[in-house]
Amino acid sequence: MTLNAWWQCGLYLAALLCLVKPLGAYMARVYERQPCGLDRLLGPCERWCYRLAGIDPDRESSWRHYAVCVIAVNFVGLLVVYFLQRAQAWLPFNPQTLPAVSPDSAFNTAASFASNTNWQGYGGETTMSYLTQMLGLGVQNFLSAATGMAVLVALVRGIARRSAETIGNFWVDLTRSTLYILLPLSLVLAIALVSQGVVQSFAPYQTVHLLEPTSDADGNTITEQTLPLGPAASQIAIKQLGTNGGGFFNANSAHPYENPTPISNFLELLSILLIPAALCYTFGAMVGARRQGWAVLAAMLAIFVPLLVICQTAEQAGNPRIAALGVDDVAGSEHSGGNMEGKEVRFGIANSALWATATTAASNGSVNSTHDSYTPLGGLVPMSLMQLGEVVFGGVGSGLYGMLVFAIIAVFIAGLMVGRTPEYLGKKIEAYEIKMAALVVLIPCAVVLVGTAIAVLGPGLTYTTADSPDLKQNVANPGPHGFSEVLYAFSSAGNNNGSAFAGLSANAPFYNVALGVTMLISRYWLIVPTLAIAGSLARKKATPVGLGTLPTHSPLFVVLLVGVVLLVGALTFVPALALGPIVEHLQMVAP
Amino acid sequence: MSTIRPTLVLFLLLTLVTGAIYPALVTGVAQVVFPDAANGSVVERNGRAVGSELIGQLFVSPAYFWSRPSATAPHAYNAASSSGSNLGPTNPALVDAVKRRIEALQADPNVEGPPPVDLVTASASGLDPHISPAAAEYQIRRVAAARGVSADAVRELVKAHIEPRTLGVLGEPRVNVLLLNLDLDRQFAAKRAAE
Repeated sequence: MTLNAWWQCGLYLAALLCLVKPLGAYMARVYERQPCGLDRLLGPCERWCYRLAGIDPDRESSWRHYAVCVIAVNFVGLLVVYFLQRAQAWLPFNPQTLPAVSPDSAFNTAASFASNTNWQGYGGETTMSYLTQMLGLGVQNFLSAATGMAVLVALVRGIARRSAETIGNFWVDLTRSTLYILLPLSLVLAIALVSQGVVQSFAPYQTVHLLEPTSDADGNTITEQTLPLGPAASQIAIKQLGTNGGGFFNANSAHPYENPTPISNFLELLSILLIPAALCYTFGAMVGARRQGWAVLAAMLAIFVPLLVICQTAEQAGNPRIAALGVDDVAGSEHSGGNMEGKEVRFGIANSALWATATTAASNGSVNSTHDSYTPLGGLVPMSLMQLGEVVFGGVGSGLYGMLVFAIIAVFIAGLMVGRTPEYLGKKIEAYEIKMAALVVLIPCAVVLVGTAIAVLGPGLTYTTADSPDLKQNVANPGPHGFSEVLYAFSSAGNNNGSAFAGLSANAPFYNVALGVTMLISRYWLIVPTLAIAGSLARKKATPVGLGTLPTHSPLFVVLLVGVVLLVGALTFVPALALGPIVEHLQMVAP
Repeated sequence: MSTIRPTLVLFLLLTLVTGAIYPALVTGVAQVVFPDAANGSVVERNGRAVGSELIGQLFVSPAYFWSRPSATAPHAYNAASSSGSNLGPTNPALVDAVKRRIEALQADPNVEGPPPVDLVTASASGLDPHISPAAAEYQIRRVAAARGVSADAVRELVKAHIEPRTLGVLGEPRVNVLLLNLDLDRQFAAKRAAE
């Protein structure tokens, strides 16, 4: 790592940590329905929504009903996104007259955006009309994020309440997450991004005359360039804040219209981890023990920072095969050096590796460099951060509820060691909670490994297209890197991340369906057991703190929690990683 | 409590707020306050749009500074379809591509020495508008010779085009290739015509 890289990473983490407390405290007030400062402005709109929808905001529901509401809204969202894509050719706001999206791709994208994965099998500027982007994808960016936050708040209430039958009102949590948290933050961020050069317009793409006419591979002269436009800034703001990650353009936040300057990059980066980090504080505030929130945040940072350093170091070290050709890849004041394939000059190594680590620590999945071209160890970092279950920050809401489930497992393991019934925040952890927690931890692991195994057995290796009967390869790179592409795809879908080793031709029927199903399983089969834990904990009485109680805000517990997360991840994925990035690293450094 | 009405009506209302009102509001503010930026930061020369400050272009003439290699399909710097190469670090195709790019650069007698890595590797978007200051320096003698001017005169111009890190910390120092080449044409137009 260069000195400047340390500075940029340090500045980033400092800015993030400074915002945790104010935003976290604000969100706690929002969820406890206390005055939060925006009530006069948004209160009427909120009450109007409840009245029209026939919702009694004071009436709470059991965990089962809460789960039914979650599934219902998400299912409607999935259908709307699917049919908008299928019908976009006949709908307005389609200045490029883009045709309907194919059924398998439309299903994949609908599943992807409903489940907060935002995996993109398509290229935005060549596939989606402005209407689909706004009414379909944009809306899901808000609602899938708000869903994650609502489920988290339900779990936190379950922990905080004593002998209660209800865990909150999903409609209220969904509406308040959207109106009071996501919308104001997005509005501010979107305007700031436009000021940097992110486009925001409903005009059709524009044509400019190139300074120097050139010719393509077939000898045709090219004199013009088509500049894409669209309502991009509004979409990008929520895509970053809601840990969505689905780019407006194919190159995502590497595209100069999506992320034009170091300042836009800093703001977008900050937005990736902002809400997931601040929710730790919200959790502490809502359970009445702020130290508990800080302890969880400390555990996340304890995994994040070392992995960030590994990624930075690997990318800065560069690719020895390219250096051997007589290329200058040593960083200096005049250029950033390192492995620049698939990276942008304005971001260099430091901001690319920082983004890759942050976007996979959170289940964001946006990229400002192409992860497929990372060095093997540099690419190992984002892959393993996803495989840890997206609990190191993770998705908005989903990351923290995943981490709290790991905390339950950590106290359980500690309880086994000393032979006592484990407790977490005054609640006895019993067989039912552990069964549900085991589901939450094991389902993503299972779908990732089973999915990868099925794909490499054959169906994920070759495909044909409608216009030619020739078999095409799904993987773009030979050898272990090709396997890494498949493993990365299922790790991403199976943990609702959305980033890719994008050389994989995933917009083919097998991957569209397999990854779509993977995303749905690992979103909803985790939400339901999480809510079941919430319901079960809410019903319990508080157990007074005794001599044998393990304090869950101490450094000892942070170490234990980190240990459990790393152990589950390592035991599950080291064999698969050995076949991909690890063997590729050995190949690369071998003379 | 019924679930169907709240689901459908609330979904519709939140769709209206986040999918219509919100993007319309951002567009309205953007078009009034930052019209240039919101519409793609287009650069004009003699009243004709010649590109965007933010989107790179392909240059092949020795008299222009070259941009980074671009992996967009079907031709380089196709702004309507952004993409990186997605070549893995051990892919022989990557090594071959870099080798070809080095040869293309060094085919000119005024270019020598090891090229900076950004000048021989494809960017993530395929539309990178920048090269590093080192990559600009690497091409100065070629451009100067092609335009029949002194290397120092071109170097002056390049220096004026180096954008430093924001606040001295954020991002990387860089040179915008299109803006540099436009200025190059402006400043050395007469000599180029004479050539």
